[in-house]
Amino acid sequence: MSTAITASARRHERPTASWRLTDRLGLGLAWLLGLLFCAIAGAIVVFFLIEGVRYLRPALLVTNPVAGVSQGETGGFLDPLLGTVIIGAMAMAIAIPVGVAIAVWLSEFGRPTLMARVAESAIEMMAGEPAVVLALFGLTLFELPALGFLSQTSHGVVLGQSFFAAAALLSLVGLPLVVASTREGLQAIPAHVREASYALGKTKIATTRRVLLPAARPSVITGSMLGLGRVIGDTAIVLLLLGGTLTFQPANSTPVLGVLRGTGDTLTGYMYYNSPAGDGNSHSKAYAAAFVLMLIVLALNLGVDVVVRRSRRAVRWS
Amino acid sequence: MELRKPPPVRRLTGYEVPSSPPSNGNGLHAAAGFRLPARLGAPSMVAIDRMQVEELSVSYGHKPAVQSVSLPIRQGEVLALIGPSGCGKTTLLRSLNRLTELTRGASLRGRITLDDVDVAHMDATALRRRVTMVFQQPNPFPMSVFDNVAYVLREQASRRPRRAAVQGAVHEALARAGLLDEMAGSLDHPALRLSGGQQQRLCIARALAANPQVLLLDEPCSALDPVSTRLIEELIAKLREDVAVVIVTHNLQQAYRVADYVAFMYLGELVEYGSAHKMFGSPREQRTKEYIGGAFG
Ligand SMILES: Nc1ncnc2c1ncn2[C@@H]1O[C@H](COP(=O)(O)OP(=O)(O)OP(=O)(O)O)[C@@H](O)[C@H]1O
Ligand SMILES: [Mg+2]
Repeated sequence: MSTAITASARRHERPTASWRLTDRLGLGLAWLLGLLFCAIAGAIVVFFLIEGVRYLRPALLVTNPVAGVSQGETGGFLDPLLGTVIIGAMAMAIAIPVGVAIAVWLSEFGRPTLMARVAESAIEMMAGEPAVVLALFGLTLFELPALGFLSQTSHGVVLGQSFFAAAALLSLVGLPLVVASTREGLQAIPAHVREASYALGKTKIATTRRVLLPAARPSVITGSMLGLGRVIGDTAIVLLLLGGTLTFQPANSTPVLGVLRGTGDTLTGYMYYNSPAGDGNSHSKAYAAAFVLMLIVLALNLGVDVVVRRSRRAVRWS
Repeated sequence: MELRKPPPVRRLTGYEVPSSPPSNGNGLHAAAGFRLPARLGAPSMVAIDRMQVEELSVSYGHKPAVQSVSLPIRQGEVLALIGPSGCGKTTLLRSLNRLTELTRGASLRGRITLDDVDVAHMDATALRRRVTMVFQQPNPFPMSVFDNVAYVLREQASRRPRRAAVQGAVHEALARAGLLDEMAGSLDHPALRLSGGQQQRLCIARALAANPQVLLLDEPCSALDPVSTRLIEELIAKLREDVAVVIVTHNLQQAYRVADYVAFMYLGELVEYGSAHKMFGSPREQRTKEYIGGAFG
């Protein structure tokens, strides 16, 4: 009985009941746009799922791109796939330590205040900068003779394109996400937890290393995965600074260093080359590569979800 | 000056006389006829002066929080700081281990000594290992139970000495906090998975691991259930022999149960300081009477 009363009372109080027509139209529009957005996102996933499953062959993952006329001759995308892995690892190897250090400084020290504010806006600016602008700047930078040892030099001219150069600039793409997430994680730790450590005679540095960073680890991981997703999805920096050469073009025959100083490609570069806009003309392979990249990014997002959910249970103070 | 705001005190009705010593381990409810609950233990035979607070004033910006407070802190006795919310109890407590200086805008006047040495002249980290603190919210660190205690025994951020070398001291600290038997099988479990009461006792174990001369407790039971509260009170009663204990509490029953000396603060001032017996029996000041009357009237 009482439930019936509350139900009817609730219906009576339905917030939309007394809304004006324009408000209702607005609400309807918002719903429509929201659904449209979902539909577009779903369509992208479904499209690449279908195309990917249709065109992806195991052979594509283990053969290298070759210049050719017909689909059968142009090979797969082994090198671009490896390139994505290498460039992601290198960029994050820079972005994670630097980003965590910046976040710790901003959150725990932040003095002088003016400098902290400048650093904050610099990072925000970096996050808002189009990648192609960063790429252009990077190219100018790495063409400097002083940085020639990071790429290759021919006839006295520094090429400026290499895995080193691309990773350095791509780390700037991942950095803001690492900083933001780590900082958020640090700031979520209650003040009394820090004080508990100080109150046991621990210094700020010891507290940061042994208490705060372990507590913020899920946030560091989350930020790193999001940053990595951004890094391996970038195209502009890859084309300008990695060369977009489809296969590895080592600078010399030194085993690892030669490759890293040389040019190469990633899945995104490969997709651009084989897309209708590029010169490669193997659209089906672009779709297959896109599918692989999408799987990697989805896996990263899933990883973020798992980490976040697990950490909610593990590290929690009242 | 009169008490403007009635203090937030839980009123316990019908305290009765204990016809016999508390039998169920819970003096509060076994009592029958007395107006006051049973006390836990007695002050130690010898009391050692550990700290002296002399004319201490603390302010945040221009806002005074503690004004000209002087009192002794002795090993062998438990000192309870009581008073309405915002009267400066926490501020006083945090001045004792110089945590106040981490608060921006806080300024401090007066003198605090530990074993006759001005704490202002000591190294802050060294002082805080001799005057440790337990907070209102249980706050174990995100590591195992064992490491929570071992963290205190190790040099700053170092991971040395290794586990085997600190094991004895860790076990001893856990035993002093009455947690060793309970934790025997789960020393490697994450400390944040423990119950609130266990977490708080772990925090006490952690604070004891440094072998401090003074233990500061800021409302250590206010987030806990009655059983855990009881355990911690018994622990405090036992600890007073070898460490000077200062406890802030809003629970006057608790103050009566565990404290030997009581300091009543009001609006930053120390209104009255005296033995628990006197403070709860026949306080000198009207304001004390009014505050305490709320609990035992
Ligand atoms: N960090 C701070 N900055 C500014 N003012 C503060 C700060 N901490 C405390 N105060 C002020 O100082 C006064 C004393 O606070 P304190 O925390 O010592 O009171 P308390 O007796 O512990 O209160 P409670 O019983 O509620 O814990 C209060 O008026 C409070 O507003
Ligand atoms: Mg307080």
